[in-house]
Amino acid sequence: MWSFFHKLGSPPWLFGIAGSILRWLLPITLVALAVGLVWGLLFTHPDFRQGNSYRIIYIHVPAAVVALAGYYVMAIAGAVSLVWKMKMADVAMRACAPIGAALTFIALVTGSIWGKPTWGTWWVWDARITSMLILLFLYLGVVALYEAYDNKEAAGKACAVLSLVGTVNIPIIYKSVDWWYSLHQPASIRFTGGSTIDASMLYPLLLMIVAFYCLFTCCLLMNMRAELVEREARTNWVRKLARAGEARA
Amino acid sequence: MHPVRRQRLLIVLLVVLFSSAAVGLVAYALRGNINLFFPPAEVARGEAPVGTPIRVGGMVREGSVQRSDDSLEVRFVITDFEADVPAVYEGILPDLFGEGQGAVASGVLNEQGVLVASEVLAKHDENYMPPEVSEALEKSGFDHKGNAR
Repeated sequence: MWSFFHKLGSPPWLFGIAGSILRWLLPITLVALAVGLVWGLLFTHPDFRQGNSYRIIYIHVPAAVVALAGYYVMAIAGAVSLVWKMKMADVAMRACAPIGAALTFIALVTGSIWGKPTWGTWWVWDARITSMLILLFLYLGVVALYEAYDNKEAAGKACAVLSLVGTVNIPIIYKSVDWWYSLHQPASIRFTGGSTIDASMLYPLLLMIVAFYCLFTCCLLMNMRAELVEREARTNWVRKLARAGEARA
Repeated sequence: MHPVRRQRLLIVLLVVLFSSAAVGLVAYALRGNINLFFPPAEVARGEAPVGTPIRVGGMVREGSVQRSDDSLEVRFVITDFEADVPAVYEGILPDLFGEGQGAVASGVLNEQGVLVASEVLAKHDENYMPPEVSEALEKSGFDHKGNAR
């Protein structure tokens, strides 16, 4: 058990294990994304009120769900690096931020595109949309704060504190449509009680959510590998790796 | 756990706890301002200001939409089934605007209690289903949860 944690702190081991996970997770992700997209966008029925425009749900909802979950991954990694001074947790935190920012951006843009034909406006300052915009700024803030420091240890600490403070926004985003009057509709997928989305539309949506979780994991592992090689550029294992790469090319 | 790490963990937990408490208090203090619109019941109780721009949101009452013959003027009633707010709007309505559907109108309440709207947005609900299912439910008289309508 403890040897696993010690290995987790070793950059070459983490680089290797991330690579072997990616080797099977990446194809699964791509297949799940392709199947989910074709199923959702081409083979489901149009909605009784919105027609075809509701299909943006198959991108919008998975991106938003994983953007929220990804923030917890970033904050927990930040907490681990603060408390246990684990370098690899710092790498994971730094790797999460741009992915989360991209997912939040996708959720905001697709929501805006859907809002125009459905609500009649691109943007409205309601609680859900505004708190989601704050999430985007939090993610971008972590990226910017990290780059603002020359000392990477200090950068890691500052970013960990920022991401921890930002966690308060996640339940606010999630519950905003229930706590306040907002233009955004409440959740259609419920953990308790029945979902208010027809089963034929729900299954491709659930597949897309799983696919986006896998996509997040793949991007995270790839980002971490890139970050590891960059940080450890002067060490022997990276030099060996580079030489092996040259020999193959 | 090592005492130094335990102390750091405690600090991390306190940071999360106190920032949540601070944001929670701010949200509680601003709770009225975070709402996007007033429900008609609050307008009827006089809680919405007259003469300044506000938003009123609710359902468009069945049979209340009257379109003018010679202009784009539309009159309708926004209701939360507790109180009604009549509204008048001149312009193009979103496609999903309709009787028995949600809507949010922004405008100014005049002295007669009519909302002179400058923008009307359709509010979509959380129900998604294919048209056939919707028709079948319409015939059976039950909604998707099995409650009688």
